[in-house]
Amino acid sequence: MDFEFIKQVIPLYIEAAGLTLRIALVGILFSFAVGLFCALIRYYKVPLLSPITGFYIELSRNTPLLIQLFFLYFALPNLGIKLSSFQCCIIGLTFLGGSYMEETFRSALETVSKVQIESGQCIGLSGLQVMRYVVLPQAVSVSIPGFCANVMFLIKETSVFSIVAVADLMYVAKDLIGLYYKTDEALWLLAISYFILLLPVSAISGYAERRLRYAQFGSN
Amino acid sequence: MLSSEAIEAISKAFSVFFMGKNFIRLVMGLLVTIQIAAISVLLSLFFGTLFGMLMTVKNRYIKALCKIYLEFMRIMPQLVLLFMAYYGLTRTFGISLSGEAASVLVFTMWGTAEMGDLVRGALQSVPAHQYDSGMAIGLTDKQIFRYIILPQTLRRLVPLSMNLVTRMIKTTSLVVFVGVIEVVKIGQQIIEGNRLTVPTCSIAVYAVIFFMYFFVCWIFSLMASIIEKRQKEA
Amino acid sequence: MALLEISHLKKSFDKNEVLKDVSFSVNKGEVVVILGPSGCGKSTLLRCINGLETVQDGKIILDGEVISNRTKDMHLIRQKVGMVFQSYDLFPHMNVLDNILLGPMKAQHRDKQEVVREAEEWLARVGLPDKKLSYPRQLSGGQKQRVAIVRALCMNPEVMLFDEVTAALDPEMVREVLDVMMNLANDGMTMLIVTHQMDFARAIADRIIFMDEGSIVEETEPGQFFSNPKSERGKKFLENFTFRVYRK
Repeated sequence: MDFEFIKQVIPLYIEAAGLTLRIALVGILFSFAVGLFCALIRYYKVPLLSPITGFYIELSRNTPLLIQLFFLYFALPNLGIKLSSFQCCIIGLTFLGGSYMEETFRSALETVSKVQIESGQCIGLSGLQVMRYVVLPQAVSVSIPGFCANVMFLIKETSVFSIVAVADLMYVAKDLIGLYYKTDEALWLLAISYFILLLPVSAISGYAERRLRYAQFGSN
Repeated sequence: MLSSEAIEAISKAFSVFFMGKNFIRLVMGLLVTIQIAAISVLLSLFFGTLFGMLMTVKNRYIKALCKIYLEFMRIMPQLVLLFMAYYGLTRTFGISLSGEAASVLVFTMWGTAEMGDLVRGALQSVPAHQYDSGMAIGLTDKQIFRYIILPQTLRRLVPLSMNLVTRMIKTTSLVVFVGVIEVVKIGQQIIEGNRLTVPTCSIAVYAVIFFMYFFVCWIFSLMASIIEKRQKEA
Repeated sequence: MALLEISHLKKSFDKNEVLKDVSFSVNKGEVVVILGPSGCGKSTLLRCINGLETVQDGKIILDGEVISNRTKDMHLIRQKVGMVFQSYDLFPHMNVLDNILLGPMKAQHRDKQEVVREAEEWLARVGLPDKKLSYPRQLSGGQKQRVAIVRALCMNPEVMLFDEVTAALDPEMVREVLDVMMNLANDGMTMLIVTHQMDFARAIADRIIFMDEGSIVEETEPGQFFSNPKSERGKKFLENFTFRVYRK
């Protein structure tokens, strides 16, 4: 192990991790919005929009992010649509994450039983009020573990972004291997970097899941 | 909307598939991907079942070890694992793995962890009173497992593992990073080779690769949801 | 004039006719118990009255106003009809008081102080004066069901519907819920009750409606129905609850 070398390149990793996190954060925020919107469309079975959303979800869930990126970055310019690599990553991550978030949110909405909705209606609440006071508060707490799992999944997926020339962690590691043959050092730093990024998310997600399981408000 | 020039460009781009053996080559590339995925999936199903049963063992240390392995495989991006196997093993242990071998190794190790967790979940989802009722009618442990636990576990497991297969096929797209000549690589070769004659062909090539992946994965997703639906109705 | 009037009500799910031309009326302050075997349509009938189901034909009139098949302002109509279900349907994420306040405050926009006072009064009357800050998971089934009744009552409904409210309870908790209903009846609340507790039905009802296969078979005084039902089907139904032959 060349510790002098490690000391020298650590700033590169920190910078790359920052970039990875920035892209991930923006992508996750957009995924959240897209996911929630699609989940509501599918939950209420909005005519026309619901099947379109369903088609998008199938497309997104059954194709790799890598191929989506290739298409965005290398193919679209032929149609005159030129996106920066940053834009490609955000769009790709949102396209992918939107369907995962949709699934989490919709299944959380569906865990709220019909009788809960009906008792909301019975005390004279309007449809919107039932959603706001009865369904959403229960669905939110159910969806937290799934949401955390999605966040972790999406951060992991950012590892392919180097393919469109984004200087993320993989990119730095590949560079160091290619330029200096410092394979061990580069790989260790890479693994440790992802650990530092993902361990907190994993811990939070585990905690949320346990809390949900044991401290539910529980209807009976 | 798309301009007429763009439409012309697209139709021209797709003509690349009628030149030479381009389309056949792309399909062959897809087969390489599928082959790697298939071997990894089969190995993962086998080892994952064992791993899942191991996770239900009541030994503290075994449990902790399993947990660490699972968490490690879950936290590391598959691409990082792939790099560690492809570049790291060569350097550290002098084992030189081909891209294909490294891919199968990594996807199997990851798939084993994921499959194991599914098996564990399915095993533990069988309620305790099922064991009790089995014992109450005088079955041996082996018979309880064979006639009561196994059928209920499998029922739960089939749709879940179908979804894992979809995920593994999608993940297999990463093998292009370790120099495997698969569908994306061949696609790039086709684009490169026709740069002068069909300069816009990348749109067609990547679109076709996109839908190739889609259909392969979609079949499994579809099967999973059909099975799930049927189980719900029954 | 009757407070609630059901005339020629027809309801089917797909091709399955659940209610076939049901007509009856309930006067103000009257307690009507609907009896009948499972699947005879009695629960569906209650759900129709509360607008949870649309009907194919016929009318439901409450206080001179047609309330069946209204879509736009159904939630306003429901404020006049209280309903309690078989499963304890409290909102698990809110404490008892918030459960009770939700309807009066959000749907009826009433003054909070006033509703809180009313809620506390009712809670005391059903024997739960110290439970207003508890969460549903901390209550027993019987307690939850009593809170559910209070929640419906605080809307000041004109009629209360009870759909087998004791069916999911442990036997020793049934009584506390039935006592609450009995007190309500004595206060003059208009009630429509579906139950399988025959003694209770006999004790509380002003009138029994016996249904089978989606139609009303007979409509009588409770004394008459339980001692000597007019219909064959009524006799058969009652036999389910007694044993004529004893083992020696």
